[in-house]
Amino acid sequence: MSEPSKPQGRKFQLPEHLKEYKGIWVIVEQERGSVHSVSWELVGEARKLADKLGVEVGAVVLGADSPELNAICGDAFTYGADVVYKVTDPVLADYRTDPYTRVMTDVVNTYKPEIVLLGATTLGRDLAGAIATTLATGLTADCTELDIYMDNRSLAATRPTFGGTLLCTIQTLAYRPQMATVRPRVMSMPDRDDSRTGRVVEVFPALREDDVITKVLSFIADREQNEAQLAFADIIVAAGKGLGKPENLKLVFDLAKVLGGEVGVTRPLVQAGWTGFDRQVGQTGKTVRPKLYIAAGISGAIQHRVGMEKSDLILAINTDPNAPIFDFAHLGLVGDALTILPALTDAFGKRLSVNRLAG
Amino acid sequence: MHIVVCIKQVPDSAQIRIHPVTNTIMRQGVPAIINPFDLFSLEEALRIKDKVGARVTVLTMGPPMAETSLRKALSLGADDAVLLTDRKFAGSDTLATSYALTSAIRKLSEEETVDLVFCGKQTVDGDTAQVGPGIATRLGFQQLTYITKIESIDQGAREIVVHRRSEGGVQVLKTALPCMITMLEGTNTIRFGKMDDMFRAARYGLKTWNKDTTGAEEMKVGLKGSPTVVSKVFVPKPRAQKATMVEVESPGAETPTAEAQAAAAVEAIFGTQPKLADELLARAAAGL
Ligand SMILES: Cc1cc2nc3c(=O)[nH]c(=O)nc-3n(C[C@H](O)[C@H](O)[C@H](O)COP(=O)(O)OP(=O)(O)OC[C@H]3O[C@@H](n4cnc5c(N)ncnc54)[C@H](O)[C@@H]3O)c2cc1C
Ligand SMILES: Cc1cc2nc3c(=O)[nH]c(=O)nc-3n(C[C@H](O)[C@H](O)[C@H](O)COP(=O)(O)OP(=O)(O)OC[C@H]3O[C@@H](n4cnc5c(N)ncnc54)[C@H](O)[C@@H]3O)c2cc1C
Repeated sequence: MSEPSKPQGRKFQLPEHLKEYKGIWVIVEQERGSVHSVSWELVGEARKLADKLGVEVGAVVLGADSPELNAICGDAFTYGADVVYKVTDPVLADYRTDPYTRVMTDVVNTYKPEIVLLGATTLGRDLAGAIATTLATGLTADCTELDIYMDNRSLAATRPTFGGTLLCTIQTLAYRPQMATVRPRVMSMPDRDDSRTGRVVEVFPALREDDVITKVLSFIADREQNEAQLAFADIIVAAGKGLGKPENLKLVFDLAKVLGGEVGVTRPLVQAGWTGFDRQVGQTGKTVRPKLYIAAGISGAIQHRVGMEKSDLILAINTDPNAPIFDFAHLGLVGDALTILPALTDAFGKRLSVNRLAG
Repeated sequence: MHIVVCIKQVPDSAQIRIHPVTNTIMRQGVPAIINPFDLFSLEEALRIKDKVGARVTVLTMGPPMAETSLRKALSLGADDAVLLTDRKFAGSDTLATSYALTSAIRKLSEEETVDLVFCGKQTVDGDTAQVGPGIATRLGFQQLTYITKIESIDQGAREIVVHRRSEGGVQVLKTALPCMITMLEGTNTIRFGKMDDMFRAARYGLKTWNKDTTGAEEMKVGLKGSPTVVSKVFVPKPRAQKATMVEVESPGAETPTAEAQAAAAVEAIFGTQPKLADELLARAAAGL
């Protein structure tokens, strides 16, 4: 990242009493015992930032006490946390804004971290907006990049705005903690190190269910099998308007099947009703980070690009040699996706099955 | 029942262009619209009005030209409109914005107690989704974000049951009024305005309030009241390197066949990306 331009017009000195705020926290998002992977991505990222600053990484795990919750605390260490704040109370079993906000406000005020990170998920965004208000501090939304400016040891949080057409870097200079939410899958998943352990700080907030106005009547889990699990796919074959008509989507499904991957699409296809919203990749859809992204008949508009450009390898197929997608794809093929896709399905199929026999 | 719907006027992001030389946003000629996500919330408020009866007030903070968005909302069926406008508000971040809006909602509550505040899920320009939660927290209202459905609302018992989208499913929540709700996109279809509402909207004398009208403290609004500092705005950098075009050998032919292209692409992946190739093979072997 290049140097910051000096912000103008206001005072940006950190008041003396806020200088004691130390360490980088990640609020670990767990719902019904399973952790959203963005939390581990953030612990990995926090590790890098903390090493730059020479401070500790804290993971905050909230919920009702249970073996699953203990396992999550252990996982936090293996992904890079130095200390886990384990906050348990039966009232915290299900996510509700009010008790989570009260507890987090207290814990932050007690232990004083300088940076607090959350996933930009439905839970993370709901909670972050509330606690930034109770803590009267700055919050940068939906970041795609985090860094530390060493001259003043401040968090530089970069995020897209105006529909992804612009990026901006935001700092919180005179307030603590500095808060940010980060989109899932933009940071890489850290490697596990099972030998790592650390300190556990137990917090018992002593909440009363009677004090909580919002009640969870029930929880309707998504029928997971029917929903595309795009955000976590290692291989994605994606289709754009260049495929011409909905029937041709079969070509990407066939290739995805041979590769054991998922199918993604651009927004116009969702809007035209070719497929459901859960397959949309991009600014208003999912952010993905597969090992291989095959983009067929996709022009590479910025709103699509921000959702997939972190893929390890992007192979673009487009009839137009000047399509913007070739400016950032790794491999390009100029040609007709309608004939190349079936040929790719064949070629991959042969290559992979030959080896299966040989292996 | 008194419902306040917060709407923001935003540039139509589909039409925003970046100046090729200065890398700044070219706003000239870009039409201003009501933030699309706010319309789902406005519609939901109007449905409550239709069903159980309510006064719907729309509130916006912005420059004087934001008036057009308020008139649009009135033409759709809102009863009252407040334009909160003051140069001192300029440069507010979400903490300061939610403070300013809350000061106006408090003032509205003096006239008639506010039971429900609706906000959009997020905007298409700032895109933070933080103003709604900021308002709820300041007002001490229950906060209900990403609502897909309002199942029931009981005015007598002051109870509301909603469906809330979470990452892994849907939470069915019961809570008490007052509360702040943000609706998820696509939850309802926005109505066309009625003729008489359109006429009324054109004639309506909107309330125009400033910092002093609502009693907002100067230190808590505008740049002074904003903890966040935008230190840099820039256009996403193109990747340093353009795509390597897959070399296709097709002796004799003018244009290579699809088979030749596919073979070359597979070769490019297997030949130059050993890690990925191993991964693909392992997946195939595991029958994924
Ligand atoms: C607020 C906002 C949010 C948005 N969010 C998203 C989002 O989340 N995700 C998203 O994807 N978009 C989003 N968009 C839309 C985005 O701006 C583009 O319109 C969209 O990504 C273009 O889709 P496309 O590449 O499929 O279509 P096009 O831009 O029409 O491109 C089609 C491409 O196919 C090529 N082609 C044609 N025929 C063939 C063929 N036979 N074989 C191979 N190539 C062929 C053409 O050369 C062309 O490059 C958003 C827009 C706005 C304003
Ligand atoms: C490039 C850029 C990046 C920014 N990034 C951040 C950031 O990361 N953090 C931050 O704190 N601020 C940020 N801001 C400032 C932020 O855009 C403003 O505070 C803005 O007034 C409200 O934020 P939003 O548009 O994201 O609203 P959101 O929180 O996304 O809006 C949610 C809902 O709140 C209501 N609402 C929001 N604004 C108004 C209004 N003016 N009048 C009536 N109702 C309203 C609407 O119902 C809206 O749908 C940024 C500004 C710019 C120019």
